[in-house]
Amino acid sequence: MDKNSNSYTFIFAIIMVVVVAVTLSFTATTLGPLQKENVRKEKMQNILSTIGIETSRENAEELFNKYITQQISLNSKGEEKEGVNAFDVKLSKELSKPEEEQSFPIYVANYEGSEFYIAPLRGNGLWDAIWGYIALKEDANTVQGVVFDHKGETAGLGAEITTDWFQQSFVDEKVFNGQGELVGVSVKKGYSGGNNKDDNQVDSISGATITSDGVSIMIEKRLKNYLPFLKKRQNIKVAIR
Amino acid sequence: MSSETNQNSKTEAEKKKVEMLLFLSSSEEKEHFLSKANRKILKDPLNDNNPITVQVLGICSALAITVQLKPAIVMSLAVVFVMAFSNVIISLLRNSIPSRIRIIVQLVVVAAMVILVDQILKAYAFDVSKQLSIFIGLIITNCIIMGRLEAFALGNGVYKSFLDGIGNAAGYGLILIVIAFFRELFGSGKLLGYEVLGHKGVTLAESTGLYGLGYEDNGFFLLSPMALIVVGIIIWVQRSGNRKLIEEN
Repeated sequence: MDKNSNSYTFIFAIIMVVVVAVTLSFTATTLGPLQKENVRKEKMQNILSTIGIETSRENAEELFNKYITQQISLNSKGEEKEGVNAFDVKLSKELSKPEEEQSFPIYVANYEGSEFYIAPLRGNGLWDAIWGYIALKEDANTVQGVVFDHKGETAGLGAEITTDWFQQSFVDEKVFNGQGELVGVSVKKGYSGGNNKDDNQVDSISGATITSDGVSIMIEKRLKNYLPFLKKRQNIKVAIR
Repeated sequence: MSSETNQNSKTEAEKKKVEMLLFLSSSEEKEHFLSKANRKILKDPLNDNNPITVQVLGICSALAITVQLKPAIVMSLAVVFVMAFSNVIISLLRNSIPSRIRIIVQLVVVAAMVILVDQILKAYAFDVSKQLSIFIGLIITNCIIMGRLEAFALGNGVYKSFLDGIGNAAGYGLILIVIAFFRELFGSGKLLGYEVLGHKGVTLAESTGLYGLGYEDNGFFLLSPMALIVVGIIIWVQRSGNRKLIEEN
Protein backbone atom coordinates (compact mmCIF):
# COMPACT_ATOMS: atom_id res chain seq x y z
CA MET A 1 0.00 0.00 0.00
CA ASP A 2 1.27 3.45 -0.84
CA LYS A 3 2.36 5.11 2.39
CA ASN A 4 1.45 8.54 1.15
CA SER A 5 -2.02 7.72 -0.09
CA ASN A 6 -5.01 9.26 1.63
CA SER A 7 -6.52 5.93 2.64
CA TYR A 8 -3.28 4.75 4.28
CA THR A 9 -3.00 8.03 6.19
CA PHE A 10 -6.59 7.74 7.41
CA ILE A 11 -6.24 4.12 8.48
CA PHE A 12 -2.98 4.88 10.28
CA ALA A 13 -4.52 7.81 12.13
CA ILE A 14 -7.59 5.81 13.17
CA ILE A 15 -5.57 2.86 14.47
CA MET A 16 -3.23 5.18 16.35
CA VAL A 17 -6.07 7.05 18.03
CA VAL A 18 -7.80 3.81 19.08
CA VAL A 19 -4.61 2.32 20.54
CA VAL A 20 -3.77 5.48 22.46
CA ALA A 21 -7.33 5.86 23.74
CA VAL A 22 -7.49 2.26 24.97
CA THR A 23 -4.10 2.52 26.72
CA LEU A 24 -4.97 5.77 28.46
CA SER A 25 -8.43 4.72 29.56
CA PHE A 26 -7.05 1.47 30.92
CA THR A 27 -4.46 3.38 33.00
CA ALA A 28 -7.00 5.92 34.21
CA THR A 29 -9.44 3.20 35.32
CA THR A 30 -6.77 1.13 37.06
CA LEU A 31 -5.19 4.04 38.92
CA GLY A 32 -8.49 5.85 39.55
CA PRO A 33 -9.24 4.43 43.02
CA LEU A 34 -5.72 5.24 44.29
CA GLN A 35 -5.98 8.80 42.97
CA LYS A 36 -9.41 9.31 44.54
CA GLU A 37 -8.09 8.07 47.86
CA ASN A 38 -5.25 10.61 47.70
CA VAL A 39 -7.68 13.44 47.00
CA ARG A 40 -9.97 12.32 49.86
CA LYS A 41 -7.11 12.21 52.36
CA GLU A 42 -5.82 15.56 51.21
CA LYS A 43 -9.26 17.02 51.88
CA MET A 44 -9.11 15.60 55.42
CA GLN A 45 -5.61 17.04 55.88
CA ASN A 46 -6.80 20.47 54.73
CA ILE A 47 -9.83 20.44 57.02
CA LEU A 48 -7.69 19.39 59.99
CA SER A 49 -5.00 21.96 59.30
CA THR A 50 -7.47 24.86 59.61
CA ILE A 51 -7.82 24.07 63.31
CA GLY A 52 -4.09 23.58 63.74
CA ILE A 53 -3.66 19.83 63.34
CA GLU A 54 -0.87 19.01 60.89
CA THR A 55 -0.93 15.38 59.87
CA SER A 56 0.59 13.02 57.36
CA ARG A 57 -1.57 11.47 54.65
CA GLU A 58 -1.48 8.09 56.42
CA ASN A 59 -2.84 9.44 59.71
CA ALA A 60 -5.35 11.83 58.17
CA GLU A 61 -8.35 9.51 58.30
CA GLU A 62 -7.76 8.40 61.88
CA LEU A 63 -7.38 11.97 63.20
CA PHE A 64 -10.28 13.20 61.06
CA ASN A 65 -12.61 10.64 62.60
CA LYS A 66 -11.29 11.49 66.05
CA TYR A 67 -11.66 15.27 65.99
CA ILE A 68 -14.46 15.94 63.50
CA THR A 69 -17.55 15.24 65.53
CA GLN A 70 -20.29 16.31 63.12
CA GLN A 71 -20.60 16.64 59.35
CA ILE A 72 -23.71 18.59 58.45
CA SER A 73 -25.21 19.48 55.09
CA LEU A 74 -27.25 22.66 54.99
CA ASN A 75 -29.60 23.95 52.31
CA SER A 76 -29.38 27.49 50.96
CA LYS A 77 -31.56 28.75 53.85
CA GLY A 78 -29.22 27.25 56.41
CA GLU A 79 -31.50 24.39 57.44
CA GLU A 80 -30.11 20.91 57.91
CA LYS A 81 -30.56 18.55 54.99
CA GLU A 82 -31.23 14.89 55.60
CA GLY A 83 -29.60 12.12 53.62
CA VAL A 84 -26.75 14.13 52.12
CA ASN A 85 -23.23 13.08 53.05
CA ALA A 86 -21.43 16.35 53.77
CA PHE A 87 -17.98 14.99 52.99
CA ASP A 88 -19.02 13.89 49.50
CA VAL A 89 -20.52 17.25 48.57
CA LYS A 90 -18.47 19.03 45.93
CA LEU A 91 -18.95 22.76 46.19
CA SER A 92 -17.95 23.31 42.57
CA LYS A 93 -20.88 21.13 41.45
CA GLU A 94 -23.30 22.50 44.03
CA LEU A 95 -22.81 26.09 42.94
CA SER A 96 -23.85 25.26 39.40
CA LYS A 97 -27.19 23.79 40.56
CA PRO A 98 -30.40 25.80 41.09
CA GLU A 99 -30.33 27.53 44.47
CA GLU A 100 -32.99 25.40 46.17
CA GLU A 101 -31.10 22.20 45.37
CA GLN A 102 -27.71 23.35 46.64
CA SER A 103 -26.10 21.74 49.68
CA PHE A 104 -23.50 23.41 51.85
CA PRO A 105 -21.38 21.17 54.04
CA ILE A 106 -20.06 22.27 57.41
CA TYR A 107 -17.84 20.34 59.79
CA VAL A 108 -17.95 20.64 63.56
CA ALA A 109 -14.66 19.79 65.24
CA ASN A 110 -13.88 19.20 68.87
CA TYR A 111 -10.21 19.73 69.61
CA GLU A 112 -8.54 20.37 72.95
CA GLY A 113 -11.86 21.08 74.64
CA SER A 114 -13.08 23.71 72.15
CA GLU A 115 -15.57 23.51 69.35
CA PHE A 116 -14.79 24.75 65.83
CA TYR A 117 -16.92 25.21 62.72
CA ILE A 118 -15.17 24.53 59.43
CA ALA A 119 -16.72 25.63 56.13
CA PRO A 120 -15.42 24.95 52.63
CA LEU A 121 -14.89 27.92 50.31
CA ARG A 122 -14.85 28.30 46.57
CA GLY A 123 -14.44 31.34 44.36
CA ASN A 124 -12.59 32.84 41.43
CA GLY A 125 -9.02 34.07 41.27
CA LEU A 126 -7.44 35.89 38.37
CA TRP A 127 -7.01 32.92 36.03
CA ASP A 128 -9.08 30.12 37.44
CA ALA A 129 -10.87 28.76 40.48
CA ILE A 130 -9.59 29.24 44.03
CA TRP A 131 -10.84 27.27 46.99
CA GLY A 132 -10.10 26.49 50.61
CA TYR A 133 -11.50 26.06 54.11
CA ILE A 134 -12.15 28.49 56.94
CA ALA A 135 -12.41 27.44 60.58
CA LEU A 136 -14.31 29.61 63.06
CA LYS A 137 -13.90 29.41 66.83
CA GLU A 138 -16.66 28.56 69.29
CA ASP A 139 -18.11 32.10 69.10
CA ALA A 140 -18.83 31.42 65.39
CA ASN A 141 -17.11 34.73 64.65
CA THR A 142 -13.34 34.58 65.23
CA VAL A 143 -11.20 32.85 62.61
CA GLN A 144 -9.18 29.94 63.94
CA GLY A 145 -7.39 29.27 60.65
CA VAL A 146 -7.71 29.16 56.89
CA VAL A 147 -6.34 27.09 54.02
CA PHE A 148 -6.35 28.32 50.44
CA ASP A 149 -5.48 26.59 47.22
CA HIS A 150 -5.71 27.50 43.55
CA LYS A 151 -5.63 26.02 40.11
CA GLY A 152 -3.65 28.40 38.01
CA GLU A 153 -2.68 31.60 39.82
CA THR A 154 0.67 33.19 38.97
CA ALA A 155 3.58 31.80 40.97
CA GLY A 156 5.01 34.48 43.25
CA LEU A 157 1.88 36.66 42.94
CA GLY A 158 -1.61 35.14 43.16
CA ALA A 159 -0.20 31.75 44.09
CA GLU A 160 1.05 33.36 47.33
CA ILE A 161 -2.43 32.74 48.81
CA THR A 162 -1.22 29.23 49.62
CA THR A 163 1.70 30.50 51.71
CA ASP A 164 1.85 30.46 55.48
CA TRP A 165 2.40 34.18 56.02
CA PHE A 166 -0.76 35.08 54.10
CA GLN A 167 -2.92 32.42 55.73
CA GLN A 168 -1.54 33.29 59.18
CA SER A 169 -2.73 36.89 58.81
CA PHE A 170 -6.35 35.65 58.93
CA VAL A 171 -5.96 34.04 62.36
CA ASP A 172 -8.09 35.79 65.03
CA GLU A 173 -9.76 38.09 62.50
CA LYS A 174 -13.54 38.46 62.94
CA VAL A 175 -16.09 37.66 60.23
CA PHE A 176 -18.92 39.75 61.79
CA ASN A 177 -18.50 43.52 62.14
CA GLY A 178 -19.34 45.58 65.23
CA GLN A 179 -23.00 45.84 64.18
CA GLY A 180 -23.34 42.08 64.00
CA GLU A 181 -23.41 41.94 60.19
CA LEU A 182 -21.60 39.17 58.38
CA VAL A 183 -18.87 40.88 56.32
CA GLY A 184 -16.19 38.18 56.14
CA VAL A 185 -12.52 39.13 56.06
CA SER A 186 -11.56 41.43 53.24
CA VAL A 187 -8.09 41.41 51.77
CA LYS A 188 -7.25 45.11 51.59
CA LYS A 189 -4.76 46.68 49.20
CA GLY A 190 -2.54 49.16 51.05
CA TYR A 191 -3.75 47.98 54.44
CA SER A 192 -2.39 50.06 57.29
CA GLY A 193 -4.14 48.45 60.23
CA GLY A 194 -1.06 46.57 61.43
CA ASN A 195 -2.07 43.76 63.71
CA ASN A 196 -5.62 44.99 64.33
CA LYS A 197 -7.89 41.94 64.55
CA ASP A 198 -11.22 43.77 64.85
CA ASP A 199 -11.39 45.58 61.50
CA ASN A 200 -12.37 42.53 59.36
CA GLN A 201 -9.37 43.29 57.14
CA VAL A 202 -5.96 41.81 56.34
CA ASP A 203 -3.14 43.05 54.12
CA SER A 204 -3.19 41.95 50.48
CA ILE A 205 -0.44 40.47 48.33
CA SER A 206 1.39 43.11 46.30
CA GLY A 207 0.77 42.62 42.60
CA ALA A 208 -2.11 40.22 43.12
CA THR A 209 -5.08 42.54 43.58
CA ILE A 210 -7.57 40.46 41.59
CA THR A 211 -6.70 37.22 43.40
CA SER A 212 -6.84 39.07 46.75
CA ASP A 213 -10.28 40.48 45.89
CA GLY A 214 -11.28 36.95 44.85
CA VAL A 215 -10.39 35.72 48.33
CA SER A 216 -12.44 38.49 50.03
CA ILE A 217 -15.48 37.84 47.85
CA MET A 218 -15.16 34.08 48.28
CA ILE A 219 -15.14 34.28 52.10
CA GLU A 220 -18.07 36.69 52.34
CA LYS A 221 -20.20 34.98 49.72
CA ARG A 222 -19.70 31.44 51.00
CA LEU A 223 -20.16 32.31 54.69
CA LYS A 224 -23.46 34.00 53.83
CA ASN A 225 -24.83 30.50 53.12
CA TYR A 226 -24.06 29.57 56.72
CA LEU A 227 -25.47 32.73 58.29
CA PRO A 228 -28.53 31.11 59.98
CA PHE A 229 -26.31 28.25 61.22
CA LEU A 230 -23.68 30.65 62.63
CA LYS A 231 -26.32 32.92 64.21
CA LYS A 232 -27.90 29.91 65.86
CA ARG A 233 -24.55 28.81 67.27
CA GLN A 234 -23.88 32.32 68.57
CA ASN A 235 -27.29 32.41 70.30
CA ILE A 236 -26.68 29.02 71.84
CA LYS A 237 -23.37 30.26 73.21
CA VAL A 238 -25.01 33.41 74.62
CA ALA A 239 -27.79 31.36 76.20
CA ILE A 240 -25.31 29.01 77.88
CA ARG A 241 -23.32 31.89 79.31
CA MET B 1 35.94 4.34 -24.47
CA SER B 2 38.31 2.18 -22.52
CA SER B 3 38.98 4.96 -20.06
CA GLU B 4 35.21 5.30 -19.55
CA THR B 5 34.79 1.60 -18.73
CA ASN B 6 37.76 1.92 -16.48
CA GLN B 7 36.14 4.79 -14.62
CA ASN B 8 32.85 2.91 -14.38
CA SER B 9 34.49 -0.13 -12.88
CA LYS B 10 36.39 2.13 -10.53
CA THR B 11 33.20 3.74 -9.24
CA GLU B 12 31.60 0.28 -8.96
CA ALA B 13 34.53 -0.84 -6.85
CA GLU B 14 34.26 2.24 -4.68
CA LYS B 15 30.55 1.68 -4.19
CA LYS B 16 31.20 -1.90 -3.12
CA LYS B 17 33.88 -0.72 -0.74
CA VAL B 18 31.50 1.77 0.87
CA GLU B 19 28.77 -0.88 1.14
CA MET B 20 31.26 -3.25 2.72
CA LEU B 21 32.31 -0.64 5.21
CA LEU B 22 28.70 0.16 6.06
CA PHE B 23 27.94 -3.53 6.49
CA LEU B 24 30.98 -3.99 8.70
CA SER B 25 30.14 -1.04 10.88
CA SER B 26 26.51 -2.07 11.26
CA SER B 27 27.39 -5.69 12.04
CA GLU B 28 29.96 -4.46 14.55
CA GLU B 29 27.33 -2.37 16.31
CA LYS B 30 24.97 -5.27 16.41
CA GLU B 31 27.58 -7.25 18.30
CA HIS B 32 28.29 -4.70 20.99
CA PHE B 33 25.39 -3.13 22.80
CA LEU B 34 27.66 -0.42 24.08
CA SER B 35 29.88 0.02 21.07
CA LYS B 36 31.80 3.25 20.60
CA ALA B 37 29.05 4.79 18.45
CA ASN B 38 26.34 3.87 20.94
CA ARG B 39 28.36 5.21 23.86
CA LYS B 40 28.73 8.45 21.95
CA ILE B 41 24.95 8.68 21.45
CA LEU B 42 24.48 8.24 25.18
CA LYS B 43 27.33 10.47 26.39
CA ASP B 44 27.34 13.35 23.94
CA PRO B 45 24.21 15.08 25.25
CA LEU B 46 25.68 15.13 28.76
CA ASN B 47 28.44 17.51 27.79
CA ASP B 48 29.49 18.20 24.19
CA ASN B 49 25.98 18.41 22.83
CA ASN B 50 23.96 19.23 25.94
CA PRO B 51 20.39 20.20 25.02
CA ILE B 52 20.28 23.10 27.49
CA THR B 53 23.77 24.56 27.56
CA VAL B 54 24.85 23.88 23.97
CA GLN B 55 21.64 23.71 21.97
CA VAL B 56 19.88 26.17 24.32
CA LEU B 57 16.58 24.24 24.27
CA GLY B 58 14.23 23.52 27.15
CA ILE B 59 15.16 26.74 28.95
CA CYS B 60 11.57 27.49 29.97
CA SER B 61 11.21 24.49 32.24
CA ALA B 62 14.74 25.02 33.54
CA LEU B 63 13.58 28.39 34.84
CA ALA B 64 10.25 27.22 36.16
CA ILE B 65 10.89 24.14 38.24
CA THR B 66 14.36 24.59 39.70
CA VAL B 67 13.45 26.44 42.89
CA GLN B 68 13.78 23.18 44.80
CA LEU B 69 15.79 20.04 44.18
CA LYS B 70 12.97 17.55 44.58
CA PRO B 71 10.70 18.72 41.75
CA ALA B 72 13.76 19.09 39.53
CA ILE B 73 14.71 15.45 40.12
CA VAL B 74 11.16 14.23 39.55
CA MET B 75 10.85 16.34 36.41
CA SER B 76 14.14 14.88 35.12
CA LEU B 77 12.94 11.34 35.75
CA ALA B 78 9.64 12.09 34.04
CA VAL B 79 11.43 13.53 31.01
CA VAL B 80 13.80 10.50 30.87
CA PHE B 81 10.76 8.21 30.81
CA VAL B 82 8.80 10.25 28.27
CA MET B 83 11.74 10.88 25.96
CA ALA B 84 13.13 7.33 25.97
CA PHE B 85 9.80 5.67 25.29
CA SER B 86 8.51 8.22 22.77
CA ASN B 87 11.79 7.79 20.88
CA VAL B 88 11.36 4.00 20.96
CA ILE B 89 7.76 4.16 19.77
CA ILE B 90 8.48 6.62 16.96
CA SER B 91 11.51 4.57 15.93
CA LEU B 92 9.41 1.39 15.83
CA LEU B 93 6.81 3.11 13.68
CA ARG B 94 9.28 5.06 11.57
CA ASN B 95 8.79 2.98 8.43
CA SER B 96 5.02 3.07 8.60
CA ILE B 97 4.31 6.66 9.64
CA PRO B 98 2.83 8.60 6.70
CA SER B 99 5.17 11.55 6.28
CA ARG B 100 2.30 14.00 5.90
CA ILE B 101 1.07 13.46 9.46
CA ARG B 102 4.36 12.61 11.16
CA ILE B 103 4.39 15.69 13.44
CA ILE B 104 0.84 14.90 14.59
CA VAL B 105 1.86 11.30 15.28
CA GLN B 106 4.84 12.51 17.29
CA LEU B 107 2.65 14.87 19.30
CA VAL B 108 0.09 12.14 20.02
CA VAL B 109 2.80 9.77 21.22
CA VAL B 110 4.42 12.37 23.47
CA ALA B 111 1.06 13.54 24.81
CA ALA B 112 0.04 9.96 25.61
CA MET B 113 3.33 9.35 27.44
CA VAL B 114 2.94 12.57 29.40
CA ILE B 115 -0.60 11.70 30.46
CA LEU B 116 0.64 8.27 31.57
CA VAL B 117 3.36 9.86 33.72
CA ASP B 118 0.87 12.34 35.17
CA GLN B 119 -1.59 9.57 36.06
CA ILE B 120 1.12 7.48 37.70
CA LEU B 121 2.39 10.45 39.73
CA LYS B 122 -1.15 11.30 40.85
CA ALA B 123 -1.56 7.77 42.15
CA TYR B 124 1.85 7.13 43.70
CA ALA B 125 3.46 10.55 44.34
CA PHE B 126 0.53 12.84 45.01
CA ASP B 127 2.47 15.71 46.63
CA VAL B 128 4.94 15.85 43.80
CA SER B 129 2.18 15.66 41.22
CA LYS B 130 0.46 18.65 42.81
CA GLN B 131 3.63 20.68 42.55
CA LEU B 132 4.42 19.51 39.06
CA SER B 133 1.03 19.12 37.42
CA ILE B 134 1.36 22.24 35.27
CA PHE B 135 4.91 21.42 34.24
CA ILE B 136 4.24 17.76 33.48
CA GLY B 137 1.70 19.01 30.98
CA LEU B 138 4.37 21.29 29.60
CA ILE B 139 6.59 18.30 28.74
CA ILE B 140 4.36 17.94 25.67
CA THR B 141 5.72 21.20 24.35
CA ASN B 142 9.30 20.57 25.49
CA CYS B 143 11.30 21.45 22.42
CA ILE B 144 14.01 18.89 23.20
CA ILE B 145 11.59 15.98 22.89
CA MET B 146 10.07 17.03 19.57
CA GLY B 147 13.56 17.80 18.31
CA ARG B 148 14.89 14.35 19.14
CA LEU B 149 11.87 12.58 17.63
CA GLU B 150 12.15 14.52 14.41
CA ALA B 151 15.93 14.55 14.15
CA PHE B 152 16.86 11.13 15.50
CA ALA B 153 14.08 8.61 16.10
CA LEU B 154 12.55 9.01 12.64
CA GLY B 155 15.80 7.92 11.03
CA ASN B 156 17.42 5.49 13.44
CA GLY B 157 16.94 2.05 14.93
CA VAL B 158 15.04 1.29 18.14
CA TYR B 159 17.99 0.67 20.42
CA LYS B 160 19.90 3.75 19.26
CA SER B 161 16.80 5.89 19.63
CA PHE B 162 16.31 4.58 23.15
CA LEU B 163 19.92 5.52 24.02
CA ASP B 164 19.49 8.92 22.38
CA GLY B 165 16.35 9.56 24.42
CA ILE B 166 18.00 8.56 27.69
CA GLY B 167 21.13 10.57 26.87
CA ASN B 168 19.34 13.77 25.97
CA ALA B 169 16.92 13.58 28.88
CA ALA B 170 19.83 12.89 31.23
CA GLY B 171 21.74 15.86 29.82
CA TYR B 172 18.67 18.02 30.40
CA GLY B 173 18.09 16.57 33.87
CA LEU B 174 21.73 17.04 34.85
CA ILE B 175 21.59 20.77 34.20
CA LEU B 176 18.19 21.03 35.92
CA ILE B 177 19.54 19.35 39.04
CA VAL B 178 22.68 21.52 39.13
CA ILE B 179 20.59 24.70 38.87
CA ALA B 180 18.12 23.47 41.49
CA PHE B 181 21.00 22.55 43.83
CA PHE B 182 22.33 26.12 43.87
CA ARG B 183 18.91 27.76 43.97
CA GLU B 184 17.61 25.72 46.89
CA LEU B 185 20.91 25.97 48.78
CA PHE B 186 21.33 29.74 48.52
CA GLY B 187 17.66 30.62 48.26
CA SER B 188 16.32 28.71 51.24
CA GLY B 189 19.40 27.16 52.89
CA LYS B 190 18.06 23.67 52.33
CA LEU B 191 18.71 20.66 50.12
CA LEU B 192 15.82 18.29 49.43
CA GLY B 193 14.08 20.02 52.31
CA TYR B 194 16.86 19.38 54.87
CA GLU B 195 18.34 22.42 56.57
CA VAL B 196 21.98 22.09 55.55
CA LEU B 197 23.09 25.61 56.44
CA GLY B 198 21.72 25.41 59.97
CA HIS B 199 18.37 26.35 61.48
CA LYS B 200 16.87 29.78 60.91
CA GLY B 201 15.41 31.04 64.19
CA VAL B 202 13.35 34.15 64.76
CA THR B 203 16.26 35.91 66.49
CA LEU B 204 20.00 35.55 65.87
CA ALA B 205 20.43 33.83 69.23
CA GLU B 206 17.93 31.12 68.32
CA SER B 207 19.61 30.42 64.98
CA THR B 208 22.24 27.76 64.46
CA GLY B 209 24.86 27.03 61.82
CA LEU B 210 25.57 29.75 59.26
CA TYR B 211 22.40 31.59 60.28
CA GLY B 212 23.86 31.88 63.78
CA LEU B 213 26.79 33.73 62.24
CA GLY B 214 24.45 36.23 60.64
CA TYR B 215 23.97 34.64 57.20
CA GLU B 216 20.68 35.38 55.48
CA ASP B 217 19.00 33.56 52.58
CA ASN B 218 19.42 35.15 49.19
CA GLY B 219 15.81 35.54 48.06
CA PHE B 220 16.93 36.42 44.54
CA PHE B 221 17.81 32.77 43.99
CA LEU B 222 14.13 31.87 44.34
CA LEU B 223 13.17 34.10 41.42
CA SER B 224 13.31 32.94 37.79
CA PRO B 225 15.96 35.45 36.61
CA MET B 226 18.50 33.77 38.89
CA ALA B 227 17.89 30.45 37.09
CA LEU B 228 18.86 32.15 33.86
CA ILE B 229 21.98 33.59 35.47
CA VAL B 230 22.93 30.16 36.83
CA VAL B 231 22.42 28.66 33.34
CA GLY B 232 24.75 31.38 32.03
CA ILE B 233 27.39 30.56 34.64
CA ILE B 234 27.14 26.84 33.81
CA ILE B 235 27.59 27.60 30.09
CA TRP B 236 30.61 29.77 30.92
CA VAL B 237 32.22 27.11 33.12
CA GLN B 238 31.47 24.37 30.55
CA ARG B 239 32.94 26.31 27.64
CA SER B 240 36.06 27.33 29.48
CA GLY B 241 36.74 23.67 30.23
CA ASN B 242 35.67 22.25 26.87
CA ARG B 243 37.63 23.89 24.04
CA LYS B 244 35.49 22.15 21.38
CA LEU B 245 32.52 24.33 22.25
CA ILE B 246 34.30 27.64 21.76
CA GLU B 247 33.24 29.28 18.52
CA GLU B 248 35.98 30.53 16.21
CA ASN B 249 34.89 34.12 15.72
